[in-house]
Amino acid sequence: MSLRSPLSKAVGLGSAGHGFSHWWWQRVTAIALIPLSIWFLVSVLSLIGASYNDAVVWLGSAFNATLMLLFVFAALFHGQTGLQVVIEDYIHTKWLNLSLLLLIKFAAAALALYAALSVFKVVLGA
Amino acid sequence: MAEFSLPKNSKISKGKHFPAPEGAKNVRTFKIYRWSPDDDQNPQTVTYDLDMDSCGPMVLDALIKIKNEVDPTLTFRRSCREGICGSCAMNIDGTNTLACTKAIEDCGSSVNVYPLPHMSVVKDLVPDMTHFYAQYASVEPWLKTSTSVSPSAERLQSKEEREKLDGLYECILCACCSTSCPSYWWNSDKYLGPAILLQSYRWLADSRDEASGERLDYLEDPFKLYRCHTIMNCTNTCPKGLNPGKAIGEIKKLIAERSL
Repeated sequence: MSLRSPLSKAVGLGSAGHGFSHWWWQRVTAIALIPLSIWFLVSVLSLIGASYNDAVVWLGSAFNATLMLLFVFAALFHGQTGLQVVIEDYIHTKWLNLSLLLLIKFAAAALALYAALSVFKVVLGA
Repeated sequence: MAEFSLPKNSKISKGKHFPAPEGAKNVRTFKIYRWSPDDDQNPQTVTYDLDMDSCGPMVLDALIKIKNEVDPTLTFRRSCREGICGSCAMNIDGTNTLACTKAIEDCGSSVNVYPLPHMSVVKDLVPDMTHFYAQYASVEPWLKTSTSVSPSAERLQSKEEREKLDGLYECILCACCSTSCPSYWWNSDKYLGPAILLQSYRWLADSRDEASGERLDYLEDPFKLYRCHTIMNCTNTCPKGLNPGKAIGEIKKLIAERSL
């Protein structure tokens, strides 16, 4: 039973004082992904039928490697901001909510690092 | 965990049928949600057939006719019968609106009437508005100033400044928009919802108010404001033709403006 006033419940713990930055970066990455996705699709389609060596040479150029990393980082960042919203919206069990938020953030960080090292490996010819 | 099954008392069964009086030629069916806290019954949809030749044109007229002539136990809120008090907000044929301004003619052949969605029901068509009103109080919906003005003087506002309140001051707090918003359904404990955010913007847009920063501080929160995902059900359903979705967008723009 709770005898807290309705206003006390509505105010809750007050304002977290953030939310803008999440909203902003979700939009910034969305805008960035428009040209990057088009570039990625066109590139992948143009590599159809190409050999492994052709693909390595293609990704080995500084230009393509830069765009590839920008595409992967923007996509992962955008994806995890979006998934965060879905989790916050629908998962109200606190421990599960926190676990999933940690999981998507760790997964995005690990995938970003993995992608970066992979691209570097191709660029450096290792 | 997420809840995949509905609570026991959310299963609605078919209730009684009240036929139209004999000889009625122009009959229309109303299927109305009924639930009483006084018995242990699940909610029911009760069917009332009305003679439209002796009924007013609006859904509220039909509800009043049912209460007066057919079934006095039917419970609903109403007051002004002209769309200014917001009391008779309910879900009619799947859309939140005011029963007093919704013409029966514009409804389906059988008119389905339910309380506002995802609110606790007090009885029949009466939802519990306590939390909604408390959320309204939480945004401090009054003029806040530091500049003192003589009690006999007015706080002046230019015509252009006054025009900024058009489309905001008309809100009657009927809660049709908030209770049509899925984000409000899932997170109304923390998300303020379209009606309260539009009301909050009404004060942010007021040139005489001197508390914009303080108001934005309160709203800048992942839940209070940013649970709005621009679904726009609010704007589609508003019986006053207002645009709460745009008002929320304006608040986000103000926060962007002071952040960037």
